[in-house]
Amino acid sequence: MAEPVIVIAPATKPPRVPSQLRGLLAEQKVLFGGGFILLLVVIATLAPLIAPKDPLEQDLMLGSLPPAWLDGAEPGYYLGTDDLGRDILSRLIYGSRIALLVAFASASLAALIGTVLGLLAGWYGGWTDRIISRIVDIWMAFPPVLLSILLVAVFGSGVHSVIAAIVIIDWTRFCRVVRAETLAQAQLDYITAARTVGFPRFRILTREIFPNIVPVLIALVSLEMGIAVVVEAILSFVGLSVSSDTPTWGGMIAQGRQLIHHAWWLLVAPLIALFATVLAFNQLGGGLRRALDPVLKR
Amino acid sequence: MIAVSILNRLIMAAVTLFGVAVIVFVLLRVVPGDPIAMMIAPGASPADIAALRAKYGLDLSLTAQFGVWIEAVLIGDFGTSISLRRDVLELLLSRLPATLELAFAALIVAMLIGGTVAVIGTLFRRTSLEPAIDTTNGVLLAVPDFVWALALVLMLGVFIPVFPLSGRIDPTLSIDFVTPFYLLESLVRFRFDVFFDVAAHIVMPVLALALPLATVITRILKETLLEAMVQDYVLLARLKGMSETRLVLQEALRNAVGPALSLTGVQFTFLVGGTVIVERIFAYPGIGNMAIDAVINRDLPLIQGLVLVFGSIFIVINLAVDLLAAALNPRLCHG
Repeated sequence: MAEPVIVIAPATKPPRVPSQLRGLLAEQKVLFGGGFILLLVVIATLAPLIAPKDPLEQDLMLGSLPPAWLDGAEPGYYLGTDDLGRDILSRLIYGSRIALLVAFASASLAALIGTVLGLLAGWYGGWTDRIISRIVDIWMAFPPVLLSILLVAVFGSGVHSVIAAIVIIDWTRFCRVVRAETLAQAQLDYITAARTVGFPRFRILTREIFPNIVPVLIALVSLEMGIAVVVEAILSFVGLSVSSDTPTWGGMIAQGRQLIHHAWWLLVAPLIALFATVLAFNQLGGGLRRALDPVLKR
Repeated sequence: MIAVSILNRLIMAAVTLFGVAVIVFVLLRVVPGDPIAMMIAPGASPADIAALRAKYGLDLSLTAQFGVWIEAVLIGDFGTSISLRRDVLELLLSRLPATLELAFAALIVAMLIGGTVAVIGTLFRRTSLEPAIDTTNGVLLAVPDFVWALALVLMLGVFIPVFPLSGRIDPTLSIDFVTPFYLLESLVRFRFDVFFDVAAHIVMPVLALALPLATVITRILKETLLEAMVQDYVLLARLKGMSETRLVLQEALRNAVGPALSLTGVQFTFLVGGTVIVERIFAYPGIGNMAIDAVINRDLPLIQGLVLVFGSIFIVINLAVDLLAAALNPRLCHG
């Protein structure tokens, strides 16, 4: 009865080879997106060394200076100053710290929670699946921006509240995708084979299914980081993120929106920074998905 | 069979809405910051404060408060707004139409833009225009409504000031509206001066909400159109001598529109969620803008009402998408 085919089947999974790294870098989106994020990480880390001025230093004599290429600019203030005379470039550089902190922390935590619940729902089915799926449905009935504002109001403003709010809202993105992927993987022959051979259920989940979901997960985390950066900016914009003396892109955007007829460059600089960062995370995510997914690659 | 399946979905929708109600209620009871403290005059006596608490039912236990609230909501009583001191249902009904007008206008604009770009991309496939469209669309796919809204403020409000930056209508223009649907009503009443003013106010928020959805529609519709173009029935029509434009519009589009439509439905909930921040940026008087104020003011009855309204809208949209998908796909009907 024991057909040898079944026994060797678990081993026929596509092996992970180091040449994947070369494939990754060949993907332009990964190169550009990843390159930009890497640059941003360096800028954020070395902010005190790179920033030309103290981001909090006010000089009312030098308020609302235009950027260097416009008339009336002062040397040394490359992107101009805000109404309090604070250097915009320096504030932008320091603002990247909060943006990246929120992006990395909230995306990885949301991924962790969503993945665990998604794996359990997809693999064990039954009541586990029913309960988790119902919670996800309820979650999806909240407008995310409103819920995030509500949560930050509950937790009190601050960077930890922002991260917590994003995690509480966005774990469902991971949960839904991971659940669907788990269901799809569970149909495949190598899983049937592993079960026939008598692997314990939990071990199949962690050793067989999970590794095959990782590529999708990595791409999703990158996309989520882009979303988190925007949510942080929105919360700062509404005035609910970190305290107003810490420079954030969203806070700068809110200030720029108020003074738009007075000094438009206050809005342009942080908006471009936000756009570039979101785009980079998106390109990286899309590129990773293509590069890591053997089916899409074909 | 269909009736049973619809009934099933309705029950599930009711369960979801109840879950939303429970969560928002529990969430709001743990909000630090006393709503009563925000409305009393300085120097009010403890007795006054206690009276106010009793008036808004804040002196009862949590479960009792929830019971009272749910019971009232079921008969259409959403309570009184603490910050605005008006009936919550009345407030919701006065603001909801502005948001609905905005959301549906954005949906239509998104379908028009997304559809047009997808059709053009399909017509010009294998020319240099196609990669240009794909690349641009790929970049724009990453731009969220928040960024669009502010970019539009800069481009069409400041650099080339063509549209008003905030509000729904020029206050000096106001006619006596019978309904709260300004855009529709001014059109139906042939008040074109008013219509163009309301339209000018709504253009930027509509675009900010429509453009992210349009890029999604373009991507999926173009994909399905390209698939359809190599099918046998298109080949047959081509052999009959049908022009390329008619092939795309008449043959391929009809068969490709299903998946795009159901994805659009799902994405429409994101669009409605986006009204919260977009209305804020353009000071547009809808429920989204009101929601942010309600949270900042800790206005519990108003927040509860608003979240229930948003939840209901989301659930109705999802229900409509399911039914639409079933109607468009005969195989699902019998499944």
